[in-house]
Amino acid sequence: MALAPQPTQQGGARAARSPTVPPGDQKRLLIDLLLTGLIASAIFGPIVGMSATAPQGGLVLQYRWGTVFWLVAAVVIGRLLLHLFVWNRPDWVKPIHVKRLGAGLVAIGTLALLLGLFVFDAPWFDAVGIFGLIAGAWFYISSSNETAAERGAPSPLAHAIEPLGKYLGIALLLIAIALPFIPGVDRRIVDLAILMLTYVMLGWGLNIVVGLAGLLDLGYVAFYAVGAYAYALLSTIYFPLWFGDGITPWAFWLVLPLAGLLAACWGLILGFPVLRLRGDYLAIVTLAFGEIIRIILINWYDFTGGPNGISDIPRPSFFGIPFTNDENGFAATFGLAYSPLQRIIFLYYVILVLALITNFVTLRLRKLPIGRAWEALREDEIACRSLGINTTNTKLTAFAIGAMFGGFAGSFFATRQGFVSPESFVFMESAIILAIVVLGGLGSQIGVVVAAIAVIGAFELFRELDFLKAIMPEGFDPTQYRMLAVGIAMVLIMRWRPRGLVTKRDPSIYLKEKKAVSADLVAQGHG
Amino acid sequence: MANTWQADPVLSVEHITMRFGGLVAIDDLSFNVGRNDITALIGPNGAGKTTVFNCLTGFYKPTEGMIVMRHEDGKNFILERMDDFRISQFAKVARTFQNIRLFAGMTVLENLVVAQHNTLMKASGYTVAGILGSRAYKRAEKEAVDKATYWLEKIHLIDRADDPAGDLPYGAQRRLEIARAMCTEPKLLCLDEPAAGLNPRESDDLNKLLLSIREDQGIGILLIEHDMKVVMEISDHVVVLDYGQKIADGTPAEVKIDPAVIRAYLGVDEEEAPPIAEKLITEAIARAENEPPAQQGGR
Repeated sequence: MALAPQPTQQGGARAARSPTVPPGDQKRLLIDLLLTGLIASAIFGPIVGMSATAPQGGLVLQYRWGTVFWLVAAVVIGRLLLHLFVWNRPDWVKPIHVKRLGAGLVAIGTLALLLGLFVFDAPWFDAVGIFGLIAGAWFYISSSNETAAERGAPSPLAHAIEPLGKYLGIALLLIAIALPFIPGVDRRIVDLAILMLTYVMLGWGLNIVVGLAGLLDLGYVAFYAVGAYAYALLSTIYFPLWFGDGITPWAFWLVLPLAGLLAACWGLILGFPVLRLRGDYLAIVTLAFGEIIRIILINWYDFTGGPNGISDIPRPSFFGIPFTNDENGFAATFGLAYSPLQRIIFLYYVILVLALITNFVTLRLRKLPIGRAWEALREDEIACRSLGINTTNTKLTAFAIGAMFGGFAGSFFATRQGFVSPESFVFMESAIILAIVVLGGLGSQIGVVVAAIAVIGAFELFRELDFLKAIMPEGFDPTQYRMLAVGIAMVLIMRWRPRGLVTKRDPSIYLKEKKAVSADLVAQGHG
Repeated sequence: MANTWQADPVLSVEHITMRFGGLVAIDDLSFNVGRNDITALIGPNGAGKTTVFNCLTGFYKPTEGMIVMRHEDGKNFILERMDDFRISQFAKVARTFQNIRLFAGMTVLENLVVAQHNTLMKASGYTVAGILGSRAYKRAEKEAVDKATYWLEKIHLIDRADDPAGDLPYGAQRRLEIARAMCTEPKLLCLDEPAAGLNPRESDDLNKLLLSIREDQGIGILLIEHDMKVVMEISDHVVVLDYGQKIADGTPAEVKIDPAVIRAYLGVDEEEAPPIAEKLITEAIARAENEPPAQQGGR
């Protein structure tokens, strides 16, 4: 428990690589600890120490100074331990000891976590497991960084992660294909996987605009909304009106391309005014564009249903065969026992195929002149124009193709939920998608997958943190803290890996040998 | 005898003027560039040389005047009416930059393939056929790589084809930028201070490269240069600018004894100028040949 809050200190700890306190200087050590305590109190005081509740009518502030005290104490003791044993290590403690300690903690943490999850159902075990895991990983990484630095080699973490990328992609694909049939996988997990794949697809779509073409787009959710509303409106109102009710089972497959086209058109509409904008200005206009779409959806009541949204959106059919429990249904047709899970699994495979199409097209595009022009545009727009590349068209195609995939994903979202409302398309969604792209490493496809799993997984994890409830005071709700945790995680990752998880650029063509390009050389685009 | 650049110009600059607010950067400038000549555009710092380049390549639109690109087949292009990328695409004018603008995060080969964008774009059926994996595109891509290989061999960078362009040493980056411009198959190559920052050996290699480009490709080269050794050795035609105006225009031999040029460069009186200038220029050339590289930073 004493180690628990230390991960929040990692940023500071790494910044102070050469410790400010020389060994044996008690006075400066005391001042350092005092400062640490002050900072910790300033952070935990308002966030943890006060909670506003409204039992009856008015707001009442409740104080939890006890908790704050324990947290601050843990931070201070943790820093003291760091000073004594990590930064000003006595001679008998070698980096290898720290490394072993880290490995040991990871092992114990994993064991405790597994025991807590599957054997004892004891939240305390989970808590110890997770904290052990985090602290151990940190010890391990920091000490091996140190040993590597002594040898003058690059960080072993980077070393360890990057060659895995090749196999990681194949492994993830195989797991993804087999997932619904792995024993023990229930509806909840498939639902979560669908959600993750939706974000993977959105991330891949946005990656074209942000990662390849280097155009910062803060309003990507607008295209997601266009796709979702296109399907919702066409399938509930216009298709039955134009073609009669018989079309409904086919609606999803007919609207899907239309939704992509519509979203691509909106991509062009956004693209034109922002052609000359760069950096901050581009970000602001795209942000505004996202909000405009949402506000139109709220206020154009006659067309979009306003804040009420659109409900009863037709669920997808198995190419015309509905997933119903009758003789025309999917189960009866294929001679299976009816189960509501069949529809979920079908949805899962639909989004998997859509996402893979996105990936395939993006990978192909990267090897085509248009993809190379996007990357060249990110590197140097003026040089592009001097080589006869039409930068207007290049930017517009990036916006349009990125938007198109957003539209596909939106269409899928609408059919999965059966209900859309403007609530689903707030700026936060754009921010999450962008966070996934940035976290994954700009321009990297596999990075987006890992980042989407991590971000969405972390979000969902916070719903299930029973163990935190057990160790925290009464009334503690972990879900309220998830944005805080995501924020902290973002800061840490930007501190450690500012270019995202994958920091190598894969060349699109090679003569003799494929060598990855280090991210230090790759431009991040004009905004 | 009429000069080559008057008999058969690939480019005619006619009375262009470029004003930025009250500042007149180019003032009623006219000159011709011969079809297969190496033409040097020289002048003291701030004379407006790079502005001329920016007008030629469409990055600026001249306030007045006309710039005509004449192809051998009789097609004429009025450059000041064309978008910058169309100038490269159709009028076939390529350029390099004073501060190198390579795609640093892309490999050397990728840089050269990107330069063949328009050819490849057509071959990929404007992306549609390319996505479907058309064989014609694969063939076109292979041709593009062959052309890139040709240029890489010519600039001695074939061994570094798969390295990022940003990792190359400075001189190699300069050569790569020239090769990249050549991959657009220009009829006029405009080089903005190609020898800046090169040591005497590199600068000799550059001269050879430029001469061989002119020989093999049969194109015109227009270069801005401060390095008098390069200018005097390889150029057929020199145009001298000062304060946005043309003060001399002729062969290198004519220009280096031109009193106006000497005044612009040295600030001495016209009567005593020619002998001093000739002496100074000869000395400068001799120095450049013997001395370690004189690092010329950008302006």
